[in-house]
Amino acid sequence: MRPILLAEGADLDGFRRAVRTLVADGVAPDQVIWSIGGEAGLFGSASHLSQGERSSNAEGGVRVRGKVCPDGAQPLTRTAPPSRPLPLGEVSPRPLHLPRPVAALIETAVCHRDPERYALLYRLVWRVLHGERELLEIASDPLVHRLTLMAKSVRRDIHKMHAFLRFRQVEGEAERYVAFFEPEHFILEAAAPFFVERFRALDWSILTPIGSAHWDGAALSFGPPATRAEAPETDGFEAGWRGYYESTFNPARVNPELMRAHMPKKYWRNLPETAAVPGLVRSAASRVSSMLEQEPTMPTKRSPEKALEAMRDREIKSLAQLNKLLKASEPLVKGATQAVAGEGPDDAEIVFVGEQPGDQEDLQGRPFVGPAGKLFDRALGDAGLDRRQVYVTNAVKHFKFDQRGKKRIHQKPTAGEVKHYRWWLEKELELIRPKLVVALGGTAVLAMTGKNIPIIRARGPAHFPDGYDGYISVHPSYLLRLPDEDAKALAYRQFVEDLERVRAMAADHPRGRVAA
Amino acid sequence: MDEKLATKLRILADAAKYDVSCASSGAPKRSAGKDGLGSTSNGICHAYTPDGRCVSLLKILLTNYCLFDCAYCINRRSSNVARARFSVREVVGLTVAFYKRNYIEGLFLSSGIIRNADYTMEQLLLVAKTLRREHGFQGYIHLKTIPEASPHLIEQAGLWADRLSINLELPTEKSLKRLAPEKDGAAIAQAMGRMRERIDEAKAEGRTFSPAGQSTQLIVGADEATDEAVLRTSAALYRNYDLKRVYYSGFSPIPHASRALPAKAPPLARENRLYQADWLLRNYAFSIDEVADAAEDGMLPLDIDPKLAWALKHRDRFPVDVNSGEREMLLRVPGLGARAVERILRARRHRRLRLDDIARVTLSLRRARPFLVAADHRPTALTDRSDLRERLAGRPQQLSLF
Repeated sequence: MRPILLAEGADLDGFRRAVRTLVADGVAPDQVIWSIGGEAGLFGSASHLSQGERSSNAEGGVRVRGKVCPDGAQPLTRTAPPSRPLPLGEVSPRPLHLPRPVAALIETAVCHRDPERYALLYRLVWRVLHGERELLEIASDPLVHRLTLMAKSVRRDIHKMHAFLRFRQVEGEAERYVAFFEPEHFILEAAAPFFVERFRALDWSILTPIGSAHWDGAALSFGPPATRAEAPETDGFEAGWRGYYESTFNPARVNPELMRAHMPKKYWRNLPETAAVPGLVRSAASRVSSMLEQEPTMPTKRSPEKALEAMRDREIKSLAQLNKLLKASEPLVKGATQAVAGEGPDDAEIVFVGEQPGDQEDLQGRPFVGPAGKLFDRALGDAGLDRRQVYVTNAVKHFKFDQRGKKRIHQKPTAGEVKHYRWWLEKELELIRPKLVVALGGTAVLAMTGKNIPIIRARGPAHFPDGYDGYISVHPSYLLRLPDEDAKALAYRQFVEDLERVRAMAADHPRGRVAA
Repeated sequence: MDEKLATKLRILADAAKYDVSCASSGAPKRSAGKDGLGSTSNGICHAYTPDGRCVSLLKILLTNYCLFDCAYCINRRSSNVARARFSVREVVGLTVAFYKRNYIEGLFLSSGIIRNADYTMEQLLLVAKTLRREHGFQGYIHLKTIPEASPHLIEQAGLWADRLSINLELPTEKSLKRLAPEKDGAAIAQAMGRMRERIDEAKAEGRTFSPAGQSTQLIVGADEATDEAVLRTSAALYRNYDLKRVYYSGFSPIPHASRALPAKAPPLARENRLYQADWLLRNYAFSIDEVADAAEDGMLPLDIDPKLAWALKHRDRFPVDVNSGEREMLLRVPGLGARAVERILRARRHRRLRLDDIARVTLSLRRARPFLVAADHRPTALTDRSDLRERLAGRPQQLSLF
């Protein structure tokens, strides 16, 4: 027989070393006597904790060696005489190659309180190494079944600790929180990283009978067991929380068995809200019967007709009102300085729709004021139109860009973004009721038609699905991007011709939507 | 926490508790930045009240003053319930304080309609935005959306919230008209449709927009709608709007009840059976017609679960051999859940499974037994028994109120 002595708690490291040696020596499971030693308690000596292993890493994450369970700090495995003792501090036997699910099951199950866990796990390892590599696939195997249940119980305990632990604020100048919790298994180190991720900016300690965890905003450290008396007695928000708990309970559905199934009584003594349970359960029946006995009530207040009328009136009545809403809205994609509303008279005959505000427009909060806007103004003038007489707006109301150094490079809006902003354009058109809508460039065409249509094909007079007549042309920024001067001049002339046609079309066109 | 705030909290928690949605899962993985607060999880229930329901999010109304007059609602304008109103600051402060003490996973915020739908929606948005912006809050936020509000407001909610929901509350247009005169079925459908579009587009374009999707709630037992009618509505909602969940809230007596309501609440078991049927629709590849088939005259049996009810009506499809049956059919065996089926499929590659083995992968062997064949078990006699239903239903387990 080979006796193995492991440390209190979840001695993953000790177990790993023992298993390596036992396997190397060919010791079968029924030849091993596993025992757990008292002299080296889980946190018998906090000085075992080495900072390098347990402090937060450079990215701000928490690294606790051993991944799931308490491990590295344990005094190393002791195997007792008379058989070959494990040489402490010397090179341990070679690592074993175990399937990943087996290793994961071991890491979780060693946290279990059952003293038999090591013997069961060694039987699993033995069988996996002796012809049953896929043993874990067989959930119906009695050993696998039992260990799976143990791992499940550990995971549940961790989950319940995340759920039922309650912090209390420590009186004093710096904001600091302390919780006392009693886990069922040896899960403190496995459960602690969750609280770091969640409460990274706070200082806190978690005290338990199996050890304590401390976070100072930078590093996670573990210390000796603690008692309830070391945690604050109460917290200024507990009464309010209990009030919430009582109010959110529905007495018409009282079901204490279901409550206890989810929140076993063993957790109650550390939960501030459960003090309310007996009273709630006791009074539930009478509260419900008094509700049922109560006559249906007649309203004591008269019907607030005026308020109702005001509520039902959801119309937006002016461009100013619409644009005020727009200014208060959030960009769909982060980054823009402000929303850029359309600009022009409320009764403009022609509405020009561009793509989205650019760098200049974003800073100034006005449409078409950048280089393309200047070119557009010139072309309007050359076509005999006045920028002050037309309404100019964009399909998308916020600037989207890619920051490259100091430069903000325009990014084309996606189809989803265009759709999101379409509501604003619809409202603008409804309020203005223009004679014509001119879509400048592909994005404007997408906004007006819902389709990606190449400008080359669509250029010219158009009837949009919404019922507006109008015109499709290029976006003025296209003219700026053309590389050669002759092409630029030609494109500009064609653009001005487009605008002249628009002006002519508008002359005797009715306002608003027209049938196709 | 001062008295006045505590009193408001009681009123506005009481006013919010008939909304049964409590999920805090489905949000993308987030954790607190250097100065931020909070993280997301796969859903944590921080407490359970004596009704057996979980407390995961701080579920409150911004105010229970309301201009609507929905008969089933404790907060309808004609109710004589106590009223209160939180300021945006108060809700933000409470959420942060509760969160830091690990009471909650985040916030579930709804509101009565005050002034108008847009104003109400703006106030809800302001809370979420302040939490995210000023407190770097990474916890879960569920916002109720007011379908009557302007689309641009509803759509902004998706920028701050993990989940959005619009409660349809009543499964038929007729009931909606009768019991919730201010609600507009068409507006609800339109808002859900828009929301779905925005969520789908954001997913396709890699943006964050209501990442945990949208859900809704149906009240059961406040009108005459049958289980089948309720489930057909759900099936359509799942199909049309890709909802993550439809919640069923068994109508329960409220103080200051309206005359338009039935005096008696439906049995609690009815709600449970609807959830089970809903589960079959979403996770067990049952069609709505098959689920409806489990019902009698449109109502699901209360004494047995809908999967068992379906199996009893289709005994010719059973027994299924656990060692060779197809996945789809194993999933139809009463008592075998999705996880049990996965385990069976894996284990049977390595050995022939006996009844003992099945007992270790499911807790409900008693129900499953008449419907399956194992290496050492054939249930022929059992499957044909006319009293099988009675044997499986066991003692009447209809849950009563007390």
